[in-house]
Amino acid sequence: MAYSKELIDHYENPRNVGNFGTTSEIKDRKDVGCGVVGAPECGDVMQLQIKVNEDTGKIEEARFKTFGCGSAIASSSLATEWLKGKSVDEGLGIKNTDIVEELSLPPVKIHCSVLAEDAIRAAIQDYKQKNGLAQDADKAHSH
Amino acid sequence: MSDMPIYLDHAATCPCDQRVVDAMLPYFTEKFGNPGSRNHAYGWQSEEGIDKARAQAASLIGAQPKEIVFTSGSTEGNNLAIKGAAEMYALKTASEAGDGGGRGHIITALHEHKAVLDPCHRLSKQGFDVTFLSPGADGIITKDMIADAMREDTILVTIMWANNELGTINEVPEIGALCHEKNVIFHTDATQWVGKMPTDVVRDNIDLLTWSGHKIYGPKGVGAIYIRRRRPRVRVTAQIEGGGQERGYRSGTLAVQQIVGFGEACELCAKEMESDQQRLLKLRTKLETELKSKLEHVQVNGHAERRLPHLTNISFGFVEGEGLMMAIKDLACSSGSACTSASLEPSYVLKALGIGDDLAHSSLRLSLGRITTEQQIDFAIEKIVWAVNHLRDLSPLWDMHKEGIDINSIEWAHH
Repeated sequence: MAYSKELIDHYENPRNVGNFGTTSEIKDRKDVGCGVVGAPECGDVMQLQIKVNEDTGKIEEARFKTFGCGSAIASSSLATEWLKGKSVDEGLGIKNTDIVEELSLPPVKIHCSVLAEDAIRAAIQDYKQKNGLAQDADKAHSH
Repeated sequence: MSDMPIYLDHAATCPCDQRVVDAMLPYFTEKFGNPGSRNHAYGWQSEEGIDKARAQAASLIGAQPKEIVFTSGSTEGNNLAIKGAAEMYALKTASEAGDGGGRGHIITALHEHKAVLDPCHRLSKQGFDVTFLSPGADGIITKDMIADAMREDTILVTIMWANNELGTINEVPEIGALCHEKNVIFHTDATQWVGKMPTDVVRDNIDLLTWSGHKIYGPKGVGAIYIRRRRPRVRVTAQIEGGGQERGYRSGTLAVQQIVGFGEACELCAKEMESDQQRLLKLRTKLETELKSKLEHVQVNGHAERRLPHLTNISFGFVEGEGLMMAIKDLACSSGSACTSASLEPSYVLKALGIGDDLAHSSLRLSLGRITTEQQIDFAIEKIVWAVNHLRDLSPLWDMHKEGIDINSIEWAHH
């Protein structure tokens, strides 16, 4: 399968790899939202974390770790780039179709973009929950 | 060095040996006759080429030339063997059976190649009863498993000699002996075996055996089936009908240049397999040993000893196979991860062994061959170690593992 230049760039030079602490460390951190989606048996697991500036309400930093194919890694890397500087509600505006377009994902890889969107929603929801904000009504959809 | 990656996918296909190409070339332009043309020198010249190839093919497996029928490859050979034997030895014709079945029992295994499984699936819709045996965790189909599955109405057993994904070696001579004792026809898909390992269809009790040219450094698009003629005489119903070539078993003008190449490839394998395999076993041992010593959580899939010397199927925990292949793009190999297919299902072969989906997704199949050098293996080791470490740095599962979380204890949202 021939991948786009953009996808290969994100795969070979992934942006914002990492986390803001181990799962237990970030559990009680109100400024950090964490989403883990996918399953090892399905061949992809994405972990996306956002760190929100309490004063501005903007996502200051986003970090990811992904177990998966090149498209899954590239989709999550792209998601972290796009999240930075957005408010959490703006972050919810990122759609999987935007990722498909940016990375020119082939049809068999569309599920990777769906998973990235799910990860964004899960991280934002976690942040909102920790801060007693309105829940995202449109729950991360399963596929 | 060229820009192309290092080729470690010989179980998928092999390059055609230059000596094979040289043998084929005259048959494109100069010796172009139809071997079916009995009345002129062009036909005779081609027929000579066919006769030589038939003798070369027979000699590789310990058969008589008359027992060899040329095909387009193992897929065709398997279809002819399985459908042809089922039809020939059916206990009832299709019209006698109607919707009631009872045409006979066939035994195969879950981790056979699709070119065996799909004909079996078709037969099960046509009134035959098919048992798909589950191999043990080591991937081996044993004589005892066949004996347990055997019934009064069993007419055919089809078990591959060596598995294409794992390289594991089934108990073929023993299964053959059992089938002969029970008067059951025994077919083996020997595509990964013949030409690599010593074969003697008489000693090994084979009735029908299929193999392919391109897995033995011959051309693509040609293969052969062995059909035993004596003790017992075995017959199959033709699946391709027409001009009656190949004693009626396989109609169609013979692909003379392909067959000549196939014959040459068989002869070269007969001469060189022993030294080839000794050399490749050393290289594979080096590959596996170094990967295991330099990386944690490396698992070789399938039986540790009973497997082909030139192939390894190896899982790297917490790393996904297709992502891994992208990270080692300087190596051409294949993965048990089916991330490239729409199904998202990992390899059915690894699943049949009870290997967890997570490890199945994390597997690579590396298959060495005549052109593989020690420098290439050193390079492959270096690349794989780098890639696995790099992808583990990216893997949330690796972090969880390092934190002491058992990833199997987590309730994952399956998608």
